[in-house]
Amino acid sequence: MKTVAQTNETATLRNKSKFSFNKMDGNILRLLIIMFTIFIVASITKPDTFLSLANFLSMEKQLVEYGLMAIGVGIAMIAGGIDLSAVYIANLSAIVAGLFMKTFASAVTGTEQILFIVLGILLGLLTGVVCGLFNGFLIAKLRVPAMLATLGTMQLYMGIAIIMTGGSIVSGLPQPFAQLGRTNVFQVFTLSFIVYLVIVAFFSYYIGKTKYGMKLYLLGTNEKATKFAGIKNHKIIMRAYMLSGVISASAGLLSLARINSAKADFGSSFVMLTILIAVLGGINPDGGKGKIYGIFLATIIVQLMSSYLNMFPQISNFYRDMIWGIALILVLIINYVLNKKSEAKLMRLTSQ
Amino acid sequence: MSENLISVKGIHKYFGGVHALKGVDLQIKKGEVHCLAGENGCGKSTIIKVISGVHKPDGGDIEIDGQKYDYMTPTESIKQGIQIIYQDFSVFPNLSVIENLAFNKVLANKKKFVSRKEFRRIAEEAISKIDFDVDLDALVETLPVADKQLIAISRALLDNAKLIIMDEPTTALTKKEVKRMFEIIERLKKEGVTILFVSHKLEEVFEICDSVTIFRNGKNVISCPVSEMDEKKFSYHMTGRHFEEDAAPKTRNIGGTVLETKQLSAQGFNDVNLQLRKGEILGITGQLGSGRTELSLALFGLLNPDKGEIKIEGKEVKIPNPAKAQELGIALVPEDRLTEGLFLPQSIKRNIVITRIDELSNKLGIVNTNSIDDESAKWVRDIGVATKNDEFPVSTLSGGNQQKVLLARWIASEPKVLILNGPTVGVDIGAKHDIHNLLRDLASKGMGIIIVSDDVSEIINTCDRVIVMQKGQITAEVKEADLNAKTLANYI
Repeated sequence: MKTVAQTNETATLRNKSKFSFNKMDGNILRLLIIMFTIFIVASITKPDTFLSLANFLSMEKQLVEYGLMAIGVGIAMIAGGIDLSAVYIANLSAIVAGLFMKTFASAVTGTEQILFIVLGILLGLLTGVVCGLFNGFLIAKLRVPAMLATLGTMQLYMGIAIIMTGGSIVSGLPQPFAQLGRTNVFQVFTLSFIVYLVIVAFFSYYIGKTKYGMKLYLLGTNEKATKFAGIKNHKIIMRAYMLSGVISASAGLLSLARINSAKADFGSSFVMLTILIAVLGGINPDGGKGKIYGIFLATIIVQLMSSYLNMFPQISNFYRDMIWGIALILVLIINYVLNKKSEAKLMRLTSQ
Repeated sequence: MSENLISVKGIHKYFGGVHALKGVDLQIKKGEVHCLAGENGCGKSTIIKVISGVHKPDGGDIEIDGQKYDYMTPTESIKQGIQIIYQDFSVFPNLSVIENLAFNKVLANKKKFVSRKEFRRIAEEAISKIDFDVDLDALVETLPVADKQLIAISRALLDNAKLIIMDEPTTALTKKEVKRMFEIIERLKKEGVTILFVSHKLEEVFEICDSVTIFRNGKNVISCPVSEMDEKKFSYHMTGRHFEEDAAPKTRNIGGTVLETKQLSAQGFNDVNLQLRKGEILGITGQLGSGRTELSLALFGLLNPDKGEIKIEGKEVKIPNPAKAQELGIALVPEDRLTEGLFLPQSIKRNIVITRIDELSNKLGIVNTNSIDDESAKWVRDIGVATKNDEFPVSTLSGGNQQKVLLARWIASEPKVLILNGPTVGVDIGAKHDIHNLLRDLASKGMGIIIVSDDVSEIINTCDRVIVMQKGQITAEVKEADLNAKTLANYI
């Protein structure tokens, strides 16, 4: 009798599973609701300043850099770790690329200049790869806790950048490169925003649909169990931090193009912001849960909030850090409550 | 003497989807040694934790010394004189014997400053109660298991224990140590301490206990004086089946050698020579710390051997990591399913397909969602995992079904050698039966299987041959013809 019931259950297993998979992902729905609510409130209360092309272009430009770094931090968090060095990898990559371009590409013109600019970009990305692999090496091979390892390398990468620049700003990049930062597509999109969208789409797919992604989620859930399941943990971890490094480097390069300069300690406040965004986007700080496109939605939400707050001159910038701090703690509390609820729901669903 | 020290009635407890206690009753009389028996996963540990206040019951009454409670708290239970000696003994390994003994007492007095003299006096008082001879200044981690246990008992007595609950106290003890333990229990009994002795070893129960309660599947099935119990009755109530029926026929074709070790040594075992043939189920048994677990880890690449060789189908191999083991066709279902095996919050599906993920992806590394769905659905069906949906987290399953998920994971990788460490620990009878049948079935199809277990009935019912380990060495080998509970017990 029992076996008959079981076969019936498994027969409907596949159809049911698709259905509930969508249903279970309530976090994305929640983020969409928050995003549209803020958008509508801002549009109604500040129609002329908020609903302007200038505002949209400005928001696009601002969010790209920390939005990218949040994806890198998010990948590290899915692996059960964290990447505090993302911002400084971005700065170091921008400085390496910037110095290279200044030295080689400024002196020449035409195709030769383009070639050196491309080489500079590749060198910047390579810097990100190397920095990320070093983080991964410390964490996967030497078993340093991710929090401490990247806290250390954060200081290290900033230190290297300071030595390379003597602490000053790298500026005066070749024109064609700086032009990239000013290019708009269809008038409403900045080029950097398009690049960002491509990276988001790629990593949503890569982390969500490939065997690497699945192993990453499982490793983030239980590192010991992946080891017992015959997975080479250190390879997965090294690659996660390498990806975080290269994504951060691309953020650094886009920033270099946008403001036409780079500095060793640029964007320090983003360290905290990237963590806030990753957690708001549904990445579980314990590892193993969350979606890359959730981070994308969270980035948009944070930028909408930030721009909207800017439209009130009476709210000073001094409040900003406090507001983000409160936001992070609130998100953590809300996630805790919601997790408890969904656990209780699962319990009801599964108990006979 | 007939007055009950503890009486619980109709206790229910749920863990997620698991109904661990289904309205159990348990009465313990003052001054008796009461045995609580039952197979793994029957709810023994859960009821202990309800009595000691670790778990809050979802229904039922608790009455201690005439006083009624809806639920206990740890502090209240200690105040009522209930002390538990857990399997891991709850001692501080990095502190000395003195400190371990005197800690609770000193803390309870709420003194800010303590003198070493005072510590020593308390400690001496504690060990004198059971005539326990030990170096008070030794670090606890350097002591043998049996001594750690006695420390825990002495400490419990210091807190004026009225009821001492011993959770499978003899698992890690040698015969001699068990004897000493029993003398101490007799002594405590004379002094009026009530003891709840949790065990599933029937010889012990007959030797030391006055009365016995047996749990099965979260229910108490029988409670009576030991004098009214016999061996047959005991195992019937434990398993719910008559023993004779359980020993299924083991007619199999045993083929050539698939796995062989020569002089294999690593941390925890020495000079192990063993042979496993195709279609054979080999049991490895021994006490905790006998090296059985380490041996299984070494065969799976999780423990590097110091010397010796491992041969797979006659070829010498090195197994530096589990990935290599998997490549060579070796699979291990680990001892601790919760920490070493499962990805608890992840779906049942992901938990099953993990070892097959490379084959179920294309060249670009993109997973084929449909093949994964099919693969998972196939295993859920074939192996009989009771779930409504394989997208549910594996944590929603009962112990038995979780174990089936792990089995499915490794059988899916089509190993030549399947090693299982404690395959039915914390698994209900039905699932245990299913798992044993499945293992027999796999062996008859030519898989070489190693079962590492201290469950004697499991070993007898499934294995063709048994190796007994002691202190890191193989001390005996028992062939099927001689395989019964008595011979095995003599070797261990």
